[in-house]
Amino acid sequence: MKKELPERFRSYKNVWVFIEIEHGEIHPVSLELLGEGRKLADKLGVELAGVLIGGERAPLAEASTEVWEHGADAVYIATHAALEHYRNDPYSRVLTDMVNEFKPEILLLGATVLGRDLAGSVATTLLTGLTADCTELAIDDDRCLAATRPTFGGSLLCTIYTLNTRPQMATVRPRVMSMPPRQPGRKGRTVPFRVSLREDDIVTKVLRFLPDRDSNKAQLAYADIVVAGGLGLKSPENMQHVRALASVLGGDWGGSRPLVQKGWMPADRQIGQTGKTIRPKLYIAAGISGAIQHRVGVEGADLIVAINTDPQAPIFDFAHVGVVADAIELLPALTEAFRKRLAVNRLAG
Amino acid sequence: MHIVVCIKQVPDSAQIRVHPVTNTIMRQGVPTIINPYDLFAVEEALRLRDKFGGEVTVLTMGPPMAEDSLRKALGFGANRAVLLTDRFFAGSDTLATSYALSQAVKKIGETWGEAQIVFTGKQTIDGDTAQVGPGIARRLGLNQLTYVSAIHDLDLAGGTIRVSRRAEGGVQELTTKLPALITMLEGTNEIRRGTVQDVLRASRAEVTVWNAAQAGIADVTNCGLRGSPTVVKRVFAPQARAVKADQIEVKDRKPEAVAADLIEKIFATQPALEAELVRTAAQY
Ligand SMILES: Cc1cc2nc3c(=O)[nH]c(=O)nc-3n(C[C@H](O)[C@H](O)[C@H](O)COP(=O)(O)OP(=O)(O)OC[C@H]3O[C@@H](n4cnc5c(N)ncnc54)[C@H](O)[C@@H]3O)c2cc1C
Ligand SMILES: Cc1cc2nc3c(=O)[nH]c(=O)nc-3n(C[C@H](O)[C@H](O)[C@H](O)COP(=O)(O)OP(=O)(O)OC[C@H]3O[C@@H](n4cnc5c(N)ncnc54)[C@H](O)[C@@H]3O)c2cc1C
Repeated sequence: MKKELPERFRSYKNVWVFIEIEHGEIHPVSLELLGEGRKLADKLGVELAGVLIGGERAPLAEASTEVWEHGADAVYIATHAALEHYRNDPYSRVLTDMVNEFKPEILLLGATVLGRDLAGSVATTLLTGLTADCTELAIDDDRCLAATRPTFGGSLLCTIYTLNTRPQMATVRPRVMSMPPRQPGRKGRTVPFRVSLREDDIVTKVLRFLPDRDSNKAQLAYADIVVAGGLGLKSPENMQHVRALASVLGGDWGGSRPLVQKGWMPADRQIGQTGKTIRPKLYIAAGISGAIQHRVGVEGADLIVAINTDPQAPIFDFAHVGVVADAIELLPALTEAFRKRLAVNRLAG
Repeated sequence: MHIVVCIKQVPDSAQIRVHPVTNTIMRQGVPTIINPYDLFAVEEALRLRDKFGGEVTVLTMGPPMAEDSLRKALGFGANRAVLLTDRFFAGSDTLATSYALSQAVKKIGETWGEAQIVFTGKQTIDGDTAQVGPGIARRLGLNQLTYVSAIHDLDLAGGTIRVSRRAEGGVQELTTKLPALITMLEGTNEIRRGTVQDVLRASRAEVTVWNAAQAGIADVTNCGLRGSPTVVKRVFAPQARAVKADQIEVKDRKPEAVAADLIEKIFATQPALEAELVRTAAQY
């Protein structure tokens, strides 16, 4: 580290991750952020802490263990009956108060519906910078957080700094960072935070919660194998080849953004910066050019296979295995070959 | 009732192309549009006005040409349009943007009556942060309702509103007090075609143009680059992987042969995958 921090920043120390708990469970993105936060904290030589906010019945003891075992040194806990369900007002008040009291230098949140609702309020109240949907976080020579995200419309990335205010805040979408390994038995400190809230002062009331009907259906973001199609498939009928291959492999399927815009598939199947980020073991992209907004959504895959008729397509710059071929012909052949191979193996095994 | 809708003029990203050699954005001739997500907010505001009476004011911060978007919104039936434009606003990040917009909303309230509801879109298609709506709410002390999919009740006398909003894993039904800030979820309604009268009126209507001072912003250090804590330090092209994609030989070969080679390659690279696939396949 080269430069000394300005005087007024010295009281800000440690890396915090807001731990999102829904219906008694930690959202995986929070654990992914702990993995990333650990690296930042080590580089800075400071503590990594998870922030747990919840109602009096929230399983915060179990959650603390999970947070420590994913790399945190401490948990900061705020509980109150008014924090039972997520509401913007009490949650942002409590998180803002905690930041003002303990002064973390970095605060990370998942770019989920909840995280985005909360982060914008907290950053505005603290009058600090907030970088959205980062794909890479690093510490530079001046102890600053370098937050990288794709820029609009182009095949470019930009690195954003928060120079003159603290904490430095950033959100990261689920699956962009890898899940750190759990270290059973790893323990840390607990720091309780006194909450002063009165339910009567909170004008927003939750009347009902209707869980999504298909929440147990395969989640594209967490599938081990994903097959996706792009405009190169030429017509919506050809998406059947994508679905067939995914089905033989026991995986899920999706596609590039234009397919949503053309009505070839529903929006929740879109993969990329403004769709889902995926980290499967195997990703097969058929007829997708590999624009930056698509690339950032799939780069975490262990193995990327690209099928594209154009040998110059940008997708070959980051795919591991490439096939310069017509996907409309190759996909059915591939499905058939996989089917046979797996059947033979099953008989043998 | 008075409703303010914030809309942003954005480049039509569907038409942006990247120069294949220099990797820079080719903006020439790219048309600008109203941020598509904002149309759902405009429509919802117009529906509430049609039902409960009152006025809808559309507000944008941007360069003088952003007036086009405001005129379009007037054509859909908005009553009034305000363009916030000043060189002091250049380079605003979301914190500075929410400051300028919140000051303008306040000024709009003082001039034409306090807004009971301020609408924004869910996010934009260029900056894409979804931070400006919550920022405005915080600065004005409005009750924040993000990702709203339906407005069920609006009780103007009692000053309450009941909505459904998208939450993690489900839909939350909430009530809160007015004034409130609502960010509207996409796909919740369809923007109307303005009436002939609206479209005619829009072409001739006066758009109110305010600079920082006129919007009641005394201290411009909260605006633009100076008021923005975030700084873009570096813009760069993504690295190609050190090793290019391993290409499967295809020349003059049948898809079946290529498929077989590809599968070999996949399993050679990911040896554990085959056993796993067999296990999953066995469950069917
Ligand atoms: C703000 C913003 C956000 C965005 N977010 C996303 C996002 O989240 N996800 C996303 O995917 N995109 C996103 N995009 C769009 C992105 O920039 C690209 O336009 C898009 O990914 C291109 O889709 P595509 O590869 O299917 O189509 P194209 O770019 O048209 O590519 C089609 C490819 O198919 C190949 N091809 C043609 N015929 C065949 C054939 N028979 N067999 C095999 N290959 C063939 C062609 O060589 C070409 O490479 C976003 C854009 C913006 C501006
Ligand atoms: C590629 C890129 C990345 C950026 N990243 C960041 C970042 O990480 N952090 C950051 O602080 N800034 C960032 N900015 C700057 C940010 O885009 C601008 O501050 C912009 O003015 C508003 O943000 P947004 O486009 O993300 O709006 P969002 O917060 O996504 O917009 C939400 C809603 O607010 C309303 N709204 C937004 N802007 C206006 C406006 N000018 N006039 C009227 N209504 C409006 C609209 O209703 C819109 O639907 C980025 C800009 C670019 C181009």
